[in-house]
Amino acid sequence: MNIFINGEQTPVPDRLSMGSLIVKLDLAGQRLAVEVNEELVPRSTFAEYRLQENDSVEIIHAVGGG
Amino acid sequence: MVDSSAFPTGKNFRGFEPQTPLQIAANIMSSQITDRKDSFSIAGREYTSRLLVGTGKYKDLAETRDAIKASGAEIVTFALRRTNIGQSQDEPNLLDAIPPDRYTLLPNTAGCYDAKTAVRTCRLARELLDGHNLVKLEVLGDEQTLFPDVVATLEAAEELIGDGFDVMVYTNDDPVMARHLEELGCIAVMPLAAPIGSGLGIRNRLNIRTIVENAKVPILVDAGVGTASDAAVAMELGCDGVLMNTAIAAADDPILMASAMRKGIEAGREAYLAGRMPARRFASASSPLEGLFF
Repeated sequence: MNIFINGEQTPVPDRLSMGSLIVKLDLAGQRLAVEVNEELVPRSTFAEYRLQENDSVEIIHAVGGG
Repeated sequence: MVDSSAFPTGKNFRGFEPQTPLQIAANIMSSQITDRKDSFSIAGREYTSRLLVGTGKYKDLAETRDAIKASGAEIVTFALRRTNIGQSQDEPNLLDAIPPDRYTLLPNTAGCYDAKTAVRTCRLARELLDGHNLVKLEVLGDEQTLFPDVVATLEAAEELIGDGFDVMVYTNDDPVMARHLEELGCIAVMPLAAPIGSGLGIRNRLNIRTIVENAKVPILVDAGVGTASDAAVAMELGCDGVLMNTAIAAADDPILMASAMRKGIEAGREAYLAGRMPARRFASASSPLEGLFF
């Protein structure tokens, strides 16, 4: 299936878990926050959270700003 | 040119009226107390530094870290953006330069132009920082001036407060809007001095002063200061603190400017507590007129 990761269309296995996606993207252990379709996905639910076709995933981190 | 002399400042400035002995005694007492611990409170925590700094526009993370250290700031703001997918995992993270156990982190909603995006950003920030509720809300309304959209700001503030956030809010220098935001439950109101990143200094001192006089929550000038004297003026007007970024980061020597800002804030605060002399139109000789021998 296809999902959008930070705006980029990306093919991923069907029913991929958020936890697996984070590992796949080499982001495990990083300080980040995730939302899918504009709704927050708490880290504590990553393991059971299943992605669906056309989900829009935003992976956010801290950057310099004022 | 910015006219710096038009409006004398300081908590006891009352036109040309002399201070009463009671007022002078109150100043002395409060400055004695504050000599030891002149702190202010944000979300139940006491801070002695009244300079809050941003983390944008620095050359690199080392410069960011050194400037923050030189500023003495205890509260540091940052933004949230997309992670760069596919980048090296070893790439340094901003949160390494500003460790949460050493600083109070203040995630902001910079770049948000509507209430919904600002609320989403705050929820992401809370998740990023493991349940930390303190945020700096800014909802912008215009790309050229970066002036706030006050209608959307009120809407976002209400939703965030209902969701348990401690909201420090960027707004314009409008005493009525500042009052509305305080009444809504914002824990600090942060009027701009001038447009974000402009370095123009405090454009409307009397409004800042009015906002301070009316408020029961901390008032911090957020945005627009250009140099140390601007920061001092904000403090002389009675503000509880100043938040700045570009004035430090865009200086030729950001580390030195961070130190200058720290001193400007401290000088302005002490001048405010000291109670400035009444301004007068004509001279008053400093040396005695008695005992002249010529």
